[in-house]
Amino acid sequence: MNAAPWIILFSPLIGAAMIVLATEKFKRISSYISVAAVAISFVLSVSVFRGEDGSAGFTWIDLGSFQVKIGYVINELTKLMLLVVSGVGLLIHIYSIGYMAEDKGRSRYFAGLSLFMFSMLGIVLANNFIMMFIFWELVGVSSYILIGHWFERSSAADAANKAFLVNRLGDFGFMLGILLVWNTTGSVMFDEIGQRWTSSATSPLVLTLAPLLIFCGAVGKSAQFPLHVWLPDAMEGPTPVSALIHAATMVAAGVFMLARTFFLFVPSVTALNVVLWIGLLTSLLAALMATQQDDIKRVLAYSTLSQLALMIAAMGLEAPQAGMFHLFTHASFKALLFLGAGSVIIGLHHEQNIWQMGGLRQKMPVTFWTFLVGTLALIGCPPFAGFWSKDGILAAALGHQNIPAFIAIACVTFLTAYYMSRLFVVTFFGETRSDTAAHAHESPMVMTIPLVLLAIPSTIAGFPAVVSIFYKVPEHEGAVAAVVVSSIAFLTGAISGFLLYREKAKDPIDIPLFENRFYIDQMYEVLVKWTQDLLANVSGFVDRWIIDGGFVRGTGRAAWGFGFALRFLQIGNLQAYAFLFGVGVVLLLYFILFGAS
Amino acid sequence: MVTLNDYLIASGLLFAVGFAGVLLRRNIIIIFMALELMLNAANLSLVGFSRYNVQNGLPDYNAQVLVFFIITVAAAEVAVGLAIIVALFRAKQTTHLEDLNTLKF
Amino acid sequence: MSPFLFWIFVAIMLVFAIGVIANRSPVASALSLVVSFLALAGLYVSLDAFFLGAIQVLVYGGAVMVLFLFIIMLLDLKAERMRKVNSAAVLGGLVVILLFVKILFDVSYGFQGGVAQFPALTQTPQGDAWYIGMTLFRQYNLPLQVVGTLILVASIGVVILSKRELK
Repeated sequence: MNAAPWIILFSPLIGAAMIVLATEKFKRISSYISVAAVAISFVLSVSVFRGEDGSAGFTWIDLGSFQVKIGYVINELTKLMLLVVSGVGLLIHIYSIGYMAEDKGRSRYFAGLSLFMFSMLGIVLANNFIMMFIFWELVGVSSYILIGHWFERSSAADAANKAFLVNRLGDFGFMLGILLVWNTTGSVMFDEIGQRWTSSATSPLVLTLAPLLIFCGAVGKSAQFPLHVWLPDAMEGPTPVSALIHAATMVAAGVFMLARTFFLFVPSVTALNVVLWIGLLTSLLAALMATQQDDIKRVLAYSTLSQLALMIAAMGLEAPQAGMFHLFTHASFKALLFLGAGSVIIGLHHEQNIWQMGGLRQKMPVTFWTFLVGTLALIGCPPFAGFWSKDGILAAALGHQNIPAFIAIACVTFLTAYYMSRLFVVTFFGETRSDTAAHAHESPMVMTIPLVLLAIPSTIAGFPAVVSIFYKVPEHEGAVAAVVVSSIAFLTGAISGFLLYREKAKDPIDIPLFENRFYIDQMYEVLVKWTQDLLANVSGFVDRWIIDGGFVRGTGRAAWGFGFALRFLQIGNLQAYAFLFGVGVVLLLYFILFGAS
Repeated sequence: MVTLNDYLIASGLLFAVGFAGVLLRRNIIIIFMALELMLNAANLSLVGFSRYNVQNGLPDYNAQVLVFFIITVAAAEVAVGLAIIVALFRAKQTTHLEDLNTLKF
Repeated sequence: MSPFLFWIFVAIMLVFAIGVIANRSPVASALSLVVSFLALAGLYVSLDAFFLGAIQVLVYGGAVMVLFLFIIMLLDLKAERMRKVNSAAVLGGLVVILLFVKILFDVSYGFQGGVAQFPALTQTPQGDAWYIGMTLFRQYNLPLQVVGTLILVASIGVVILSKRELK
């Protein structure tokens, strides 16, 4: 059996165990252990990439009719995703050494990061639903641990709770979907389900319902509407965490899962449409919300939401390859942008409001240039990577003859360019708007080298020559029209953003609806409170009146009542006794002599 | 011709009269006398059955011996009961049943 | 015994029994009870239980009723004054009595053996006193002794119960 996939999977786990058990106090050693574990995984991922496809596994729990198998499947999708996860992960681990240099909880942080790598690699390698679900939940736990790393801040602790609970909602639907698929096909292995699905799923209800339920998991994990509310709050965690988990890998797990189980979606047009329109809706909403945010990490978070939604929409357009291509490029440039933002934040001593920044072009040159590369890649400027992948999605929309989707994606492209240029101009150009900005300096090399390394794939990963090494992206018709429209969209967006925000000291446009994120959080709060109050009242009523009053006190009262009634039989009246005696005798005679009726 | 059923009915009616006396009168002495009526009703039916079960040409004397015992015990019971009533009368100066009742409700 | 005589005795017995429970005066009740016992003794004789008839008159009429009258005279009981009648109790009592009588009649008319004539007595050479005596002293000797002891105990009890408090 090929040992490489197992080593890839378990090396970060062993690293986490070592940190937790042994090197808690030795923070530097913990960080090195963690980086080493990920490096091992990365090197082996490269070798797996150049190796053969395959699949293997063992049975972990065997209860006769119920078996949980742990195994891996290596195919094109797995190889690509392994590279992305371990590669980006390695760079972020190195960056973290610099970013968290003065943090007291460094060991805990690196242990959490290693646990996360273990869980994410488990999702990538999984060859059956149950294993994927186990690691799915583990990823949620790691995210909770890492978001709440600075748990002394109540906002961080609340954000961690929110992330976990909202994820749980999605996971509930996911679990129902897994059970439904299992019940229909009798198996949880992806290859077996793939063979049996169209023949065993005969009722149209199951054909539509199963993929939709599975999609719930993606809605939760990849933060689609209506479960998107946790991702912006997750920015409370350290910036490398935001880069790794909430930009490049964990949130991409939903898209990955959809690609892995795409055979479930193909037969059902309804499911595909639902996926498409949730993706488009989330994308537009997030892009609108991003145009009014003042926190550098929040803008990037909404941008992540928007781009993820584009990948999901690509799935809905029956173009999983386009979606995975965009995931691949997005992982590199979004991680780059987040790490760049982290560099800015550290340089300004943890200042995150963009209106307190400005003029950093001269003060932090490496950060400036790499951030520029990332921005250009994100908005889809050729020849950077984002241009190719976003075009792939636009072309898929045209190829599917879905004009509303095409227009929506074009609008999103415009908005993306607008808010990213707003962010870039306000942060790096103009005069410095605060003292901390005036005293900023470039970050240490341990942080800038990963930035440069990430800028390389952001630049070249889109070229067809490069892509064909890793991946096959099918041709779509109408690719030319897509190029034209997307170019017009991003150019207008970028130019309008640049002109509006140049040389400004505060935000000239103020749209409260976008700034307050369409008030969705407030609506949820009211809804949750209302539901809880209702449940509490019903339970209280049942407890007080039915259980306590009816059963408990009722039994007591009934016993007392009986006693009270029977008391009248014994009041000392001799003749009453004789009377009752006589009644008893008569009844007894009647029943004995003439039989009970 | 008189049959056993006639004797049994006579015995039953006598018993009913005695029982009515126990239930409806409130003087202790009268109640006691009604009690004697009930005992005698039982005696009458016993004697009737004794005459009915003839063995070897003789009535079944076991029942008559039982009647003998019943009469004896009834006499002893009357003696003791009346002694109690006398003691009660000395304490309460009344033979009315309701006045003799001291059990609280 | 001819049915005519039988029913006369039964009538006397029942009428005077009702007289026992219906009379206001205790003395009248006691005397009615005596007459009822005499009629009952007559019924015993009609059943060829001569010894028992004699015992009934002697013991009941001669000892028990004398004791009753003695106590009534001792306590100087007057006729009972009418008190408020609890009609519900009276009604209930009457219902129970009537039900009992009804069951009685149902049982009797269901008892098939009871309509046969009494079997004939073929031999009573010694008279039934002899037979009762023999049965009593042979088969029921122990119960006899026990009853004797019972009477002794009852006599002692009576003496103790009716003692006045010793000052």
